[in-house]
Amino acid sequence: MFYRENGQFKTTYRSDQQIFPVRQDRIFIFAVLLLAFVAVPLLASDYFIKALLIPFLILALAAIGLNILVGYCGQISLGTGAFMAVGAYAAWNIGVRFPHTPLIIEILLGGFFATLVGVLFGIPSLRIRGLYLAVATLAAQFFVDWAFLRIPFFTNYSPSGNVSVPALSVFGISLQAAIPKYLFVLSFVVVFALLAKNLVRGAIGRQWMAIRDMDVAAAVVGIRPMYAKLTAFAVSSFIVGVAGALWGFLHLGSWEPLAFDLNRSFQLLFMVIIGGLGSILGSFFGAAFIVLVPVALNHIPGWFGLPLAIDTAAHIEHMIFGALIVFFLIAEPHGLAKLWTIAKEKLRLWPFPH
Amino acid sequence: MGFFLETLFGGLMTGMLYSLIGLGFVLIFKASGVFNFAQGAMVLVAALSMARFAVWIPHWLGFQSLILANVLAFMVSAMLMFVMAWCIERLVLRHLVNQEATALLMATLGIAYFLEGLGQIAFGASVYTINVGMPKEPAFIFESVFEGGVLLNLEDLTAAAIAALLVASLALFFQFTATGRALRAVADDHQAAQSVGIPLNRIWVIVWTVAGIVALVAGIIWGSKFGVQFTLATATLRALPVVILGGLTSVPGAIIGGLIIGVGEKVSEVYLGPLVGGGIEIWFAYVLALVFLLFRPQGLFGEKIIDRV
Amino acid sequence: MTTQLRERIGAIVLEMQNISLAFGGVKALTDISFDVREHEIRAIIGPNGAGKSSMLNVINGVYTPQQGSITFAGEQFNKMNPRRAAEMGVARTFQNLALFKGMSVLDNIMTGRNLRMTSGIFAQAFRLGSAEREEIRHREFVENLIDFLEIQAYRKTPVGRLPYGLQKRVDLGRALAMEPRLLLLDEPMAGMNIEEKQDMSRFILDVNDEFGTTIVLIEHDMGVVMDISDRVVVLDYGRKIGDGTPEQVRQNEAVISAYLGVAH
Repeated sequence: MFYRENGQFKTTYRSDQQIFPVRQDRIFIFAVLLLAFVAVPLLASDYFIKALLIPFLILALAAIGLNILVGYCGQISLGTGAFMAVGAYAAWNIGVRFPHTPLIIEILLGGFFATLVGVLFGIPSLRIRGLYLAVATLAAQFFVDWAFLRIPFFTNYSPSGNVSVPALSVFGISLQAAIPKYLFVLSFVVVFALLAKNLVRGAIGRQWMAIRDMDVAAAVVGIRPMYAKLTAFAVSSFIVGVAGALWGFLHLGSWEPLAFDLNRSFQLLFMVIIGGLGSILGSFFGAAFIVLVPVALNHIPGWFGLPLAIDTAAHIEHMIFGALIVFFLIAEPHGLAKLWTIAKEKLRLWPFPH
Repeated sequence: MGFFLETLFGGLMTGMLYSLIGLGFVLIFKASGVFNFAQGAMVLVAALSMARFAVWIPHWLGFQSLILANVLAFMVSAMLMFVMAWCIERLVLRHLVNQEATALLMATLGIAYFLEGLGQIAFGASVYTINVGMPKEPAFIFESVFEGGVLLNLEDLTAAAIAALLVASLALFFQFTATGRALRAVADDHQAAQSVGIPLNRIWVIVWTVAGIVALVAGIIWGSKFGVQFTLATATLRALPVVILGGLTSVPGAIIGGLIIGVGEKVSEVYLGPLVGGGIEIWFAYVLALVFLLFRPQGLFGEKIIDRV
Repeated sequence: MTTQLRERIGAIVLEMQNISLAFGGVKALTDISFDVREHEIRAIIGPNGAGKSSMLNVINGVYTPQQGSITFAGEQFNKMNPRRAAEMGVARTFQNLALFKGMSVLDNIMTGRNLRMTSGIFAQAFRLGSAEREEIRHREFVENLIDFLEIQAYRKTPVGRLPYGLQKRVDLGRALAMEPRLLLLDEPMAGMNIEEKQDMSRFILDVNDEFGTTIVLIEHDMGVVMDISDRVVVLDYGRKIGDGTPEQVRQNEAVISAYLGVAH
């Protein structure tokens, strides 16, 4: 009843090609943005913002990056943590060696270096796929892990191996408090999500999906597999690198290579699978899910009077994620995003059954 | 020179251990075309099961004999591997028959996470020991040739011998039995194998059980040497380059690959490591595998991968 | 009607010379030579296993022949690859449909415009005016094709969900979107009923008529072949056993015995 598209005719291709062609969707997104930019800073607690919202937003951004590579272009990657690490450490190094660089430039440069590394480790994708490509990306993960652990140049010869960022500010506004941090991260994420959406619905997005679906046929239509795959790696690593820089600078404050290890790579892959392969919205769903489950496991059993020990909760988390991965791969490869679409379909017909 | 030989032997022994894990990968890939990311988790669960049942069974049944405890624990663990294989086939594999390789790979990743969590809840998450009577004393050989002799770890040697025996029997099994032939048919083409009447589901249960038993043996050997803890699951990721080098479809490849990686890791760590800051071991095997992938993706002994139009 | 058609047929645009192709020990094609003239509809026929699909695959570079050469638009090639063929104006459909199952009909056909889309990545990411205008321009072209193929109702449907006959039209649409000089059709009527075949024949003739596209097609339905082709090549066991107009080929002894068998 509320979701009918009656009367919403499109008379130009431009209007048909909008990101949100249905008016109700536009209203919904506007409401969400209003909530995010206005309501949250006014109403949410610092804890909620720092412990849940900021990590959710940054991981969602990284998931968008990974989704472009895995979901849209069909190239598997188990080394996402490594690209986040490159983004974070590169941005930090720029900050240390060129101290007056503006924060935004530092973060974007971090993304740029991540792109270089990403394209380098993406070159094998031109010859190998599937499991073999996964191995190549694992090589990237382990090598980068080692490089930031053992090559002192990258940590500016820090004796502890830790790096930390000084007090951050942008355009003169300090980013120490929760709310400015949150708004800064939110802006980054919204801008990049928009850019990513534009790419996937444009010509390059079609090239990526063609390579994913049948790369032999893609060549017949004149698509160059090399260009498509390397651009997928490049764009994906850029976004993941930016997310890495944001993670280190605005969430952690100080970190060591372990923050970006193989577990992080798996976590991001799970977000993408559960949220929905090949869906920008799905990346948000996946990130929200993965961030919320540990919180739920820590609090909900307590409500029923059966508090869980921390490590038991961690084990149950593993079981839940593992089971859900298998479930989604079997039942709904398009993940939560597809469930969302199905819900909207039902809403279209409500209150009628069909 | 004596030191080099020690490094070499040490590498060969570790390599044998890797081969054992790699063997599990090869078995499952050969017979179901699936790369089993959960192999490491299976090793962990198997080792946990062995370690805990070896303690629980004498406690429940009230006897002292270590040998009996170990034998019973082994049998129970093998049963557990069978049950696990059956569940995996029933709940996961059956539904993913015609999906592409990437989906199956990610599914086994999910299974790995699930097993890791379940195993530690069921059996506990501390570090446990396995005591199956492996010799713990070192031995010295070539004492006449090199001063002080070359240090050889008897436990590793025994492990290598067991591994070699296991690998040899499996190779024979694949090559010369009807079931082995059926397994190879299934690996080649699921649907074709089904259409000649090979019972796909039963074959998969068999293969995953055998891989489970290989995981059990590997788990016992590793656990006996290093103790059983959750890092066992990810340590087995080190074995993945082994099968890339050797070829995912080759049992002898898993052995040769394992030995090369084992020796390569040790030698490069000892001689190259100090030059670049140490700790090369974590990526040496993978980068070597990467180089292979660029020039010879099928590995040393694998079948050439053909992409059909 | 035949003379009208003959008047519009031009010079030789594709020439296959002494093509031999083998897979290991199996000889798929042996010493085959024929030519294709601009604006004509050339059929390749023959019993199953005669090497027709292999021939098509050689033309657009999916297979490389061990011997022989291809001359296309005056240039001679020993080696060709599908992408280069596409850039030179060769488009094709597939017997088993090589559609991008995860994308909609519209997106599938839009991929055919890929070679003509020049906006860079940054322009696309920021959806700059030039990128948006280019997208709309190509969308218009594709919509005309969608009208032509009568699949307007399905434009946003994922192709995997469409029935086989409609998928074949999408396959054709994607090839047509490339505005090809030479169109290779691999059994375009396979699996269709009479009405669908009539529709497809009409599309093929219209494409040839309106756009002047040279068409090489593989087809089993003799009625269709005789009706719409200008000239026919007949293959059997990898060799050419007939070449000429449909009437000439129909009376060729070798062709008759290949199809019907020789009386003992």
